[in-house]
Amino acid sequence: MMTETGGTGQTAGVEQVDVVIVGGGPAGLAAAASAREAGCESILILERDAELGGILNQCIHNGFGLHRFKEELTGPEYADRFARKVRELGIPYRLNTMVMDISRDRIVTAMNREDGMFQVKAGAVVLAMGCRERPRGALNIPGYRPAGIFTAGTAQRLVNIEGYMPGREVVILGSGDIGLIMARRMTLEGAKVKVVAELMPYSGGLKRNIVQCLDDYGIPLKLSHTVVDVEGKERVSAVTIAEVGPDRRPVPGTEERYTCDTLLLSCGLIPENELSRACGVEISPITNGPVVNESLETSIPGVFACGNVLHVHDLVDFVSEEAEGAGRRAADFVQGRLATGGGARIALRATNGVRYTVPSSVDPERMGDALTVRFRVGAVYENAYVSVYLGKDRVQHRKRPMLAPGEMEQVVLRRKDIEACGGLDVITLAIERD
Amino acid sequence: METRHLTCIQCPRGCALAVRLEGADVLDVSGNTCKRGEVYARKEVVHPTRTVTSTVSVSGGARDRVSVKTLQDVPKERILDVMEVVNHTLVRAPVHVGDVLVADVCGTGSSLVATANVEAAS
Repeated sequence: MMTETGGTGQTAGVEQVDVVIVGGGPAGLAAAASAREAGCESILILERDAELGGILNQCIHNGFGLHRFKEELTGPEYADRFARKVRELGIPYRLNTMVMDISRDRIVTAMNREDGMFQVKAGAVVLAMGCRERPRGALNIPGYRPAGIFTAGTAQRLVNIEGYMPGREVVILGSGDIGLIMARRMTLEGAKVKVVAELMPYSGGLKRNIVQCLDDYGIPLKLSHTVVDVEGKERVSAVTIAEVGPDRRPVPGTEERYTCDTLLLSCGLIPENELSRACGVEISPITNGPVVNESLETSIPGVFACGNVLHVHDLVDFVSEEAEGAGRRAADFVQGRLATGGGARIALRATNGVRYTVPSSVDPERMGDALTVRFRVGAVYENAYVSVYLGKDRVQHRKRPMLAPGEMEQVVLRRKDIEACGGLDVITLAIERD
Repeated sequence: METRHLTCIQCPRGCALAVRLEGADVLDVSGNTCKRGEVYARKEVVHPTRTVTSTVSVSGGARDRVSVKTLQDVPKERILDVMEVVNHTLVRAPVHVGDVLVADVCGTGSSLVATANVEAAS
């Protein structure tokens, strides 16, 4: 397979590139385009797959791009718009290329079949590696270990890219969006999806996907249920699910057995941060992504992060927006435009149902006029308020009919409000009943 | 008079809609936060439609499948008919985003278009 090297000349020894972007999915593509538009000439995208676009290539369903393009696109179409932009801007990228290491002084070591192992000295690095699915091994599912157990995303790749059906009679554990999407997809391809079981008392996916992927096809969703047994020596032959109590432990006597040949798992996504950890980037135990400041810069100066490697998003539109910010800041960094903050750093504190914030600190001198802070809540709230406190002063108090852990939320901080406070050391986000 | 409760599927917000009906006539729609929601609700209670997305076989391409969608929504009860056509469609590479692969699929008035690029195998 050919490696696209574009305009980056490869010299003996270590190449010099201003901005190296690790990952050519939606985050990496948007970061690359915005870095170029911010005046950065020397950019290189390193992508391990055989084409640009990342996971969007297998997300063939519609529903992408309503915020970004004001129209409904499929995943491949959304990816194509950004890939085309990257090509039009003449930004070089290398496919089938695996990044092996990123050092603290930003030497990126990678390999592919054409170049073998090579090193690039980066002025700035943008981490855009995305996330991966929580596998069976991380879920403590009892029972045998036969063939026929797949993560929903693996099944999605088999059906949509490779053209193989993973099975005919399916039980799905977890109601994340990929699981819901695959329930419909498998049904359309002739499989019988018998049930979707969700451990939590609420779905992890978007409401629209419950309507158009489950309700449309009469597929039952059983909340507060989990798998308690998997049968089958060679291949899955049956799966037993049971109701769980408030302690999330199975309630004896509630078991239901489903004969099936396939179990799909849609039980959460984990940012893929092996490279970041090895580099020494500080990782948040809540998001499993890097801790970043207002510039989406990690604990290592000049190393930025965006997209699902930073925190798992619900909508790709917000990934693109966030990644454009990271790309712009990376370009600012290499061009010496990113003020090295003389100002005091203000901590962002997530309390009262707010699980985390991205970013987790703000330097008013670097934040621009307005800064979008993204977060998720830890439980379902109806008719609750999202509040922002600057120090002790509540400056935002916005009523929301529904807040759910499956959906990302955001607030916008204004620089003039922060400056008006003077000597501020903490900004607090909280969910309030009144 | 009857009130039907729906979850809007037009965007990820998923507004809770209430549609007041008198027989087959929609009296009003509430709970929507945009115009798309009202259009959806009015259609959903009378004649629901959906976009169908799938893949079709490609011959002579760098990949064996290309993703497709119906350019417009098709009636919900025709989805499986559309899938039948999708499953028997074979196209030759190259295929590009927006190429019409099947015009007026199943007489729905909507065409089946490619949503990805598959270049000819080199």
